[in-house]
Amino acid sequence: MYDYYLIIVLAPLAAAIIAGLAGKKIGRVGAHWVTIAGVGTACVLSLLVLRNMFWGGAAAENISVYTWAVTDGLHMEVGFLVDRLTALMMCVVTFVSLMVHIYTIGYMHEDPGYQRFFSYISLFTFAMLMLVMANNFLQLFFGWEAVGLVSYLLIGFWFKRETAIFANLKAFLVNRVGDFGFILGIAGVVTFTGSLDYAEVFASADQVATQSIEIFPGMPWNAMTVICILLFIGAMGKSAQAPLHVWLPDSMEGPTPISALIHAATMVTAGIFMVARMSPLFELSTTALGFVIIIGSITAFFMGLLGIVQNDIKRVVAYSTLSQLGYMTVALGASAYSAAIFHLMTHAFFKALLFLAAGSVIIAMHHEQDIRKMGGIKKYMPITYWTALVGSLALIGFPGSSGFFSKDLLIEAVKESHWHHGTTLGDQMTYWIAYLSVLLGVFVTALYSFRMFFLVFHGEERMDAETKSHLHETPPVVTVPLIMLAIPSAIIGWFTVGPVLFGSYFGDAIVVAKSHDVIGDMSSGWHGSLGLLEHAVMTPVFWLAASGVFTAWFLYLKRPDIPATIKNKLSVAYTVLENKFYFDDLWISGFAGGGRAIGRFLWQKGDQMLIDDMLVNGTARTVGRLAGAIRQIQTGYLYTYAFAMFIGLAALLGWLIWLR
Amino acid sequence: MTQHLLSILIWLPIMGGAALIAIGDNKDAASSRAGLMRIAALAVSVATFLISIALYAGFDNAATGMQFVEKEPWVASLNVFYSLGVDGISTPLILLTTFITPLVVIAGWDTIKNRPAQYFAAFLILEGLMIGVFSALDALLFYVFWESMLIPMFLIIGIWGGARRVYATLKFFLYTFLGSVLMLVAFIYLYGQTGGFDLFGFVDAPLTLTAQKFIFIAFLLAFAVKVPMWPVHTWLPDAHVEAPTGGSVILAAIMLKMGGYGFVRLSLPIVPDGSEYFAGMMIALSLIAVVYIGFVALMQKDMKKLIAYSSIAHMGFVTLGFFILWSVSGNAGAGLGMSGGMVQMISHGLISGAMFLCVGVLYDRMHSREIADYGGVANTMPVFAAFMVLFAMANAGLPGTSGFVGEFMVIIASFKANFWYAFLAASTLILGAAYTLWMVKRVIYGEVANANVAALTDLNTREFIVLAILAVSVLLVGLWPAPLVDMMNVTIEQLIEQVGQSKL
Repeated sequence: MYDYYLIIVLAPLAAAIIAGLAGKKIGRVGAHWVTIAGVGTACVLSLLVLRNMFWGGAAAENISVYTWAVTDGLHMEVGFLVDRLTALMMCVVTFVSLMVHIYTIGYMHEDPGYQRFFSYISLFTFAMLMLVMANNFLQLFFGWEAVGLVSYLLIGFWFKRETAIFANLKAFLVNRVGDFGFILGIAGVVTFTGSLDYAEVFASADQVATQSIEIFPGMPWNAMTVICILLFIGAMGKSAQAPLHVWLPDSMEGPTPISALIHAATMVTAGIFMVARMSPLFELSTTALGFVIIIGSITAFFMGLLGIVQNDIKRVVAYSTLSQLGYMTVALGASAYSAAIFHLMTHAFFKALLFLAAGSVIIAMHHEQDIRKMGGIKKYMPITYWTALVGSLALIGFPGSSGFFSKDLLIEAVKESHWHHGTTLGDQMTYWIAYLSVLLGVFVTALYSFRMFFLVFHGEERMDAETKSHLHETPPVVTVPLIMLAIPSAIIGWFTVGPVLFGSYFGDAIVVAKSHDVIGDMSSGWHGSLGLLEHAVMTPVFWLAASGVFTAWFLYLKRPDIPATIKNKLSVAYTVLENKFYFDDLWISGFAGGGRAIGRFLWQKGDQMLIDDMLVNGTARTVGRLAGAIRQIQTGYLYTYAFAMFIGLAALLGWLIWLR
Repeated sequence: MTQHLLSILIWLPIMGGAALIAIGDNKDAASSRAGLMRIAALAVSVATFLISIALYAGFDNAATGMQFVEKEPWVASLNVFYSLGVDGISTPLILLTTFITPLVVIAGWDTIKNRPAQYFAAFLILEGLMIGVFSALDALLFYVFWESMLIPMFLIIGIWGGARRVYATLKFFLYTFLGSVLMLVAFIYLYGQTGGFDLFGFVDAPLTLTAQKFIFIAFLLAFAVKVPMWPVHTWLPDAHVEAPTGGSVILAAIMLKMGGYGFVRLSLPIVPDGSEYFAGMMIALSLIAVVYIGFVALMQKDMKKLIAYSSIAHMGFVTLGFFILWSVSGNAGAGLGMSGGMVQMISHGLISGAMFLCVGVLYDRMHSREIADYGGVANTMPVFAAFMVLFAMANAGLPGTSGFVGEFMVIIASFKANFWYAFLAASTLILGAAYTLWMVKRVIYGEVANANVAALTDLNTREFIVLAILAVSVLLVGLWPAPLVDMMNVTIEQLIEQVGQSKL
């Protein structure tokens, strides 16, 4: 399989290089064919790898490709670890990427940067594959930063727009804050295990958990807790967890296909994947898991709330992504790693679908993104309408859809988790925060999803006549990917939930401590997809989702006058939401502004005033003044010198005669 | 030839430079004679580079001790020898020197209008002298090369520099000269102790802790100014701003490395206990360089100043990597820090050189270094913009570029020493990205800012070749640093062992 892995990784890279460097020569058509061929190859081979793993019973493979460097006993390698977790991620990444490549033909149709765009998204696929296929922390970090680079390039794709180049700088820097923690975590791993290789690190994990590190003197902390929290800070950046989430909504400045690919389906789930990959480490620190679950809960609930007040179609979906990433993080914190990965997979399909559907609407609306200027689009764009409906239903967890299986069971897992069974007050509090967040989040999700859905597709047609006259369904390069994504969004849960979640699909890829094994406990009560479906209407999840949809229908279709009244009545709450809980101000005015102020102070007061003016030039001036003073003695008159000589001689003689 | 390879590498460019000065008195840059001079300069620098490949090919990674040794008596009465040799620390730096110099010659091809022959001659002579510094094994010879190196650089800034070049050259000269005079005093003291100027004699000489402290301070002043370390760094931004592009490139890419080289070649082995005594202070100064200078770089309005400050911050990793030696033990510790520091020097040579060339490309067209005068350059110079973004990312330490390798190693090693060392060092991930990419945002991206930017033309072939060569090498070192690291491993192990043996 080694050749397969190499081709899977290198085909998109080669395509990206060809489209990037020879874009002019091969032309627009050449660029999209070469990249689609590259990613298509990777996708087909990834599916083969998955098949061999799942049906063929192929074992996990851990292969070194080449030695990056060896020094001082530390081996830094580039290599692949392909197990079932990796295989699943490879398929999700390459499949969504392939759909997005095809869709891009339609979406970027008129853009002058066509070849550049294809080059970037292929490069992204390469970087993401390097990330998920890594067998060591060095390569993980390479992929981690490389996807960040491509994300930076793509958010700023339309580099003439001030908002786009602001957003991409912001995205890169906020991600770098996460990476700052991440690299320290990796340094901690090397410090305590002496290795970067996953297998070796996991093998010595138990021994690390017995050691401690004094970050503050006299306060020994468990080494594993410190390492895991530092690694998770990296995940918070990449997977946009509060308070490092601020870059994701702004990243919508990029073209829609990449919002689907990078900022919904794949890159932002890298953090979730990483924590699942590191489950042998996280399982050894309950403190770190507690940190994870609380951050996830905050993100899941509060970011969902922001989705309700957004009017930009893409930003609604973006906040929804934040909230869903929070759900996955909560599952990680509840040690239900497979539930997190399962939700990651279903979410990749339905969220990519929703973004691409939003993009389809945006094309038809001539790049208008404000949902207040839409409405009644259903009859103009039937395919987009129905696929968007599938996506929205999957998002809110409508019984039978893929999102139903993943979200229902995720919430169930939180409910049954070790936090619930914990005896301390802290455990109980953690449990209630997490459980209430994900449960109430269901209502919020349904509300913002269908608020958008109704405002866009139903009700009064609020667009201007000019736009309306041009409104029609988008071409097949756009609608085919929508349909291709709608199919898994609708049905993939049915036949994957059993094996992926409750079967032994992941095998050794995910390690769960015996006392944390919530999924294992739940599997005894598992009676197949149909069984779950039968009980769907009896769960609070269903009724919360239903009431969310009903509320959206009532407020935005039945009585569209009410939202304005609510807005006035709850103006304080509304202002807080409108300002996104003031996180942006904290980052932009607080940290970025503060950093600039510190820089200005150190430069002007430290470098210019203290060092240069006072010390360097001050010394020079003093020497100059001294020299000026001494120069006075050199008058040029002989008698002055003679006088000086006389005084000197007298002093010398005096010293010789009297003092010796 | 191999037994005189180092001599050839030193004297070929110096002779070439002297010949250029002797025959190239034509002031008109457009004349055919000046054109001939350019070709001659390029030929000499390329020949030197090709010969240095023989050095690389003949270098034995596994051998301990010096290779390509040459030793002839020079001043017999004082026991001074013309003594040369290289190991895993100096060879990569020599290769960097021979690699960068032809690029500088090409970069100055038709941008230098005034006395082109003398300009190229200065760089060739400088190249020979720098190789001399990296290969001298006799302290007096080392000192001679070290000080004479200042002269061509002084002339390069003073003659072909910008408006405030007199202030900058004086500051540059006095700063570096004052520092190195004390080094000479230390050499003379060591001569008194050992009866010769042989560096290995110095290494073997028993020294009291007090003597070691004084010698360390004397060395420190010489090297810290060159690196430059905070707080003796303020000459660098001024010198860079006034220097012509080629001068900036050599200054940043190679001359700064003299300081780092001095620490590993002289300070650590000759005064190990003195170095240990001051290690805490050195770590502190290195971390100040990373954090403090990172913030200062953020607020720069002049592109060259910004890159100059970024150089200081990056060089902080070099000294940090060297001086955490005593705080770490076991695998992935001292050696990793040391290798990291060395790799950082090579990488910084490539990246800062490329960044200064990029600014040079813009300066040649617009005659401004002010960030505020630019905006939207990507619209009119897309190829250039691609290079600039690549080098900016390398400057920000992106994995896959050479900028990452050294920083990664040093951060890992410093975590072992102390969490807070790693914490402060890793802040470069944020600060480095902030100052570099903010500049990119303001210069490269956005709408075309003004008529001057609108009139810009993209890279010509000459500029493209230079930047492409650097881009490839930045990526190569980033994706596969093993050849570079392997070259240094044995020497570094040996050095660490040596430093571990107290002289008391």
